[in-house]
Amino acid sequence: MESLFPLLFWAVLLVLGFVFGQLNEKRHYRSIREREQAWLHLPATASRYRLLPGQVARSELVGGSVVVSVDYFKRAAAGLRSVVGGPVKSYESLLDRAKREAVLRLKESCPGAHEIVNLRLETASLSKNARGAIGAVEVFAFATAIYLADQVDAATKPA
Amino acid sequence: MFLSNIETIPGKTISASHGVVSGSTVRAKHVGRDIMAGLKNIVGGELRGYTELLNESRDQAIERMKAQAQQMGANAIVNVRFSTSSVAVGAAEIYVYGTAVTVI
Repeated sequence: MESLFPLLFWAVLLVLGFVFGQLNEKRHYRSIREREQAWLHLPATASRYRLLPGQVARSELVGGSVVVSVDYFKRAAAGLRSVVGGPVKSYESLLDRAKREAVLRLKESCPGAHEIVNLRLETASLSKNARGAIGAVEVFAFATAIYLADQVDAATKPA
Repeated sequence: MFLSNIETIPGKTISASHGVVSGSTVRAKHVGRDIMAGLKNIVGGELRGYTELLNESRDQAIERMKAQAQQMGANAIVNVRFSTSSVAVGAAEIYVYGTAVTVI
């Protein structure tokens, strides 16, 4: 009976991770989709060249970052996956969420801007797979935000 | 001080270049945050404490880089890049570097 206890503990963590992790993910995806829709008016490009014509009033370096943690279930699923190989879906969705969140935070940090150029994303693991360490990933997005001089021109430009 | 991560400051012209400037910080997280993060690690989700910590360190690294550029007599930094690495368990280094220039 006593030897069953760690197993039970593990199972509880797994269930907790699965239920809350899935709930969290659904809620986060809903919020991401809504905000991405709301920020469609601020185009971003990974290119160094500007998207819109017009005189530049000013520019600034902007950034947005997020640290996300993997849940217990996802980690177990990834561990199983690494036995047979192939795509690790549970981590894919985690990183996808983190990256989209970082870009959204970047856009939210410069509400008056007209375009975002040279968008760069950096991912850093904060745990390095150390034993007993927190399994977390940081995603940092940075770019140059451009504010145009004549706002009328940008606003009337067909999408 | 103008900053950008492209080769120029949009709308301005570079008149002089002063070379590479950089700033870095190494930060350790404190135990309280770590305990919370440990709990969060079961259910997943954002670790707000860490996000804040890294943002603070990044701001500090940028300030150090700006101070260096100011000392050189520059008024802008172009091609700014960031890198993060965990140097040890519980500590992360934030490094930011760019080219100090004078723009008119």
